[in-house]
Amino acid sequence: MNVAAPFEGIGASVRRKEDYRFLQGRGAYTDDFNRQGQLHAWILRSPHAHARIRSVDTTAAAGMPGVVAVFTGADMARDNIGGLPCGWQIHNKDGSPMAEPPHPVIAHDKVRHVGDQVAVAIAATREQARDAAEAIVVDYDVLPAAATIDAAVKPGAPAVHDDVAGNLCYDWHIGDKAVMEAAFAQAAKVVSLDLVNNRLIPNAMEPRAAMGEFDRTSGDYTLHTTSQNPHVIRLLMGANVLHIPESKLRVVAPDVGGGFGSKIYHYAEEAIVTWAAGKLGKPVKWVADRTESFMSDAHGRDHVSNAQLALDANGKILALKVHTYANMGAYLSTFAPCVPTYLYATLLAGTYSTPVIYCEVKAIFTNTVPVDAYRGAGRPEATFLLERLMDVAAQETGIDRVELRRRNFIPNDAFPYQTPVALQYDSGNYTATLDQALVAADWAGFEARRAEAAGRGKLRGIGCSTYVEACGIAPSAVVGSLGARAGLYEVGTIRVHPTGSVTVLTGSHSHGQGHETTFAQLVADKLGVPTAQVDIVHGDTAKVPFGMGTYGSRSLAVGGSAMMKAMDKIIAKGKRIAAHLMEASVDDIEFERGTFRVAGTDRTKALVDISVAAYVPHNYPIDEIEPGLEETAFYDPKNFTYPGGCHIAEVEICQETGKVSMVNFTAVDDVGRVINPMIVEGQVQGGIAQGIGQALLETCVYDADGQLLSGSMMDYTMPRADDLAPISVATHTTLCTHNPLGVKGCGEVGAIGSPPAVINAVVDALRDFNVRTLDMPATPAKMWQIINGGRRQAAE
Amino acid sequence: MPQVTLTVNGQAHTAEVEGRTLLVELLRETLRLTGTHVGCDTSQCGACVVHINGESVKSCTTLAVMANGADVTTIEGLAKADGTLHAMQEAFREYHALQCGFCTPGMVMSAIDLVQKHPDGLTEQQIREGLEGNLCRCTGYHNIVKAIAAAADVMHGKRSEIARAAQ
Repeated sequence: MNVAAPFEGIGASVRRKEDYRFLQGRGAYTDDFNRQGQLHAWILRSPHAHARIRSVDTTAAAGMPGVVAVFTGADMARDNIGGLPCGWQIHNKDGSPMAEPPHPVIAHDKVRHVGDQVAVAIAATREQARDAAEAIVVDYDVLPAAATIDAAVKPGAPAVHDDVAGNLCYDWHIGDKAVMEAAFAQAAKVVSLDLVNNRLIPNAMEPRAAMGEFDRTSGDYTLHTTSQNPHVIRLLMGANVLHIPESKLRVVAPDVGGGFGSKIYHYAEEAIVTWAAGKLGKPVKWVADRTESFMSDAHGRDHVSNAQLALDANGKILALKVHTYANMGAYLSTFAPCVPTYLYATLLAGTYSTPVIYCEVKAIFTNTVPVDAYRGAGRPEATFLLERLMDVAAQETGIDRVELRRRNFIPNDAFPYQTPVALQYDSGNYTATLDQALVAADWAGFEARRAEAAGRGKLRGIGCSTYVEACGIAPSAVVGSLGARAGLYEVGTIRVHPTGSVTVLTGSHSHGQGHETTFAQLVADKLGVPTAQVDIVHGDTAKVPFGMGTYGSRSLAVGGSAMMKAMDKIIAKGKRIAAHLMEASVDDIEFERGTFRVAGTDRTKALVDISVAAYVPHNYPIDEIEPGLEETAFYDPKNFTYPGGCHIAEVEICQETGKVSMVNFTAVDDVGRVINPMIVEGQVQGGIAQGIGQALLETCVYDADGQLLSGSMMDYTMPRADDLAPISVATHTTLCTHNPLGVKGCGEVGAIGSPPAVINAVVDALRDFNVRTLDMPATPAKMWQIINGGRRQAAE
Repeated sequence: MPQVTLTVNGQAHTAEVEGRTLLVELLRETLRLTGTHVGCDTSQCGACVVHINGESVKSCTTLAVMANGADVTTIEGLAKADGTLHAMQEAFREYHALQCGFCTPGMVMSAIDLVQKHPDGLTEQQIREGLEGNLCRCTGYHNIVKAIAAAADVMHGKRSEIARAAQ
């Protein structure tokens, strides 16, 4: 019986290949690797937000059981270890470069945030290392701290870095201020809004970990680390910190338990274990406990902004003016400076044909953990600002909030659309995603549901947001001109083996995205090889050509495009071999899903016939074609990709407790061509859960002294299953016009579109309480005060 | 040092441990069963959940010595020797209830105990509340909830195999 194989190509919800190992406890995460004779490191961290280090006494610690070494910043300085580098340079309004103070691997002289590295104890067991770290005596001269943006910009504020005046990292702007002011002078209505984008702690479920090894025979170093981009870590750590040639340094990022941006950056612990492994000649392993994650993983968001919208009498937007303070934390993390500039201000057109935009951003150092990209990075901040502003503008102009958006949408015939803030959107259809979402969420039927909820004593609200994001990061020349110190292409190698199975080497890294399945589907679709015979290799600099990793929803748009280019080369070479084998002209050879055919005939060769011939070149045009069937392609995108869509949230607030419950969430996203609908849906749902977390539950809290109050999972509210409701996800596709797959990216859209939809819904639920705006998260305490304050007012 | 004797996934083990050694450390470091994970230090995330005598327990909050004489099952002990997955594992795969896989072992072990404790079936709300002790940062729980409902039907004998997901 001839049973057709199930379709596994583009558009099929193929079940994930990686699940078999994850579901049986066979995943191999960094902490799962163990080596004979390995030592364990424990990092002693600063309990103070800001202090001078008078002395560090390691004598007692060094004599404790099992202890092999205790190192301080002075030991690293003696070995000429460099500081942690920043990968992006922003320039001030006057053209001068940003302030870029040193970021020591282990602090010396001064600590600048709670959690700053002060020393490392290395011992036979983790517990012994931890005991030893506790015995290190540090004499601190505690200094006043600047724990928030407000505290850091005040005159006379404590200086986080002695030579950075006013704690100002940079003062940057985009747009023409005079043109903006002229546009505002014409406005019939100006709407002004102050916003805080709350600081978040990413909390990937796998805590960061690193293990360094040194081979005395070869002089080679190996680092296993929880990273989204092992080549970038190898480059930054080898070149800037440890001064190890890349040829002598291998970085492996094995299975990684979630990243969300927080595992992009080069962290101190990676350098510490690698350096210590070389000094001690033994493997050295470090694993963060969750408390350390809270005070050493890069945090996200943390903006304080004022936004003003100028409208004409018909509600058409004339201009947008934004002023933002962005918190950098105590040091510049790897990509921190680009987040509030080129990933934020350039997105301020959103879905609207705003003709004039001016934005200035002041980046501020504070005595807090460094802040860097977290899922969406800059784009959620821009979307929250715009979509809150649109709702307030609707309220204050009396124009319906959906109609106001519609009136200002970039029209469908305007693509490619040049925004006033540098980006050129290639495709989109914002009316279609809006209309589809309004129907799916039954927007029209909401008032009846609100009345029904009122009968149960619940305040019900509905809110929408429309968004655009820029991802598929990024054209190297463009980002280079904007200050990036790296290229942002991707690499893919397609290795067709003699028997026809395929190994794909990719510079992208999967830490939950399901690349082993989605990328295999690309090969199944293009080369006709079943996904079971396609193996995806990633995350090892010893195996994969130099790639840039995974962030900014770039894996498919950039990494997948590299694979497509490499497969084009495979097919081109295969056609030449097929032409020889079938004694035809290469111009007459067609290829479709695994079969080479002489056009218009029934003469065919399967891919496996070609691969056998290529590796066993007995009957082979050896003077014209090299043996073997393996091709590599580097793909540098021509533009960013621009996913967009509409999110609609529906909430109920309990008047007794103030608790906000999600009752419905509807997303319609345009992520370009969908390869695996099941995986796309999962990515969007996960992003939305993080966005709902930001809107309702999560926030990082420092006290005035810079102590991290939300420093554990008992204090920082991670969304749990019963905090969320079913999340309805649909797609509406317009194709990306400039990459071979037509894909846009889906990893971040959920976290970008959802927070303003939720807050707009909460404000709508509170429409009887005169609430103009609301900072995230909408906690029960905040809601209760609004509801009960309102009641008191009514009674008075 | 205290000695612990216990059965893990049907195999008897005896190990010397420190008094402070946690069960998860015994499993991961001594027995090299690295499927059980540690995701936090406040007993909040549930990545470490295993079964002790059939009941789900957070192995990061259990001393190894407390498991003396116990019958422990970890994620590695669920599938049959021939590779056939447990209904809960199969449902997680069918419903795309995992992404990075780090919370998954604890989530699956908790879910099995949750279903076993509700022989009359579970509502969606009961499943959500029953997952109170397990955190997932990737999925938004939507597909985890569906997977558990589908697995419950098989575990309770209502269906012979996992219902196919819509997509």
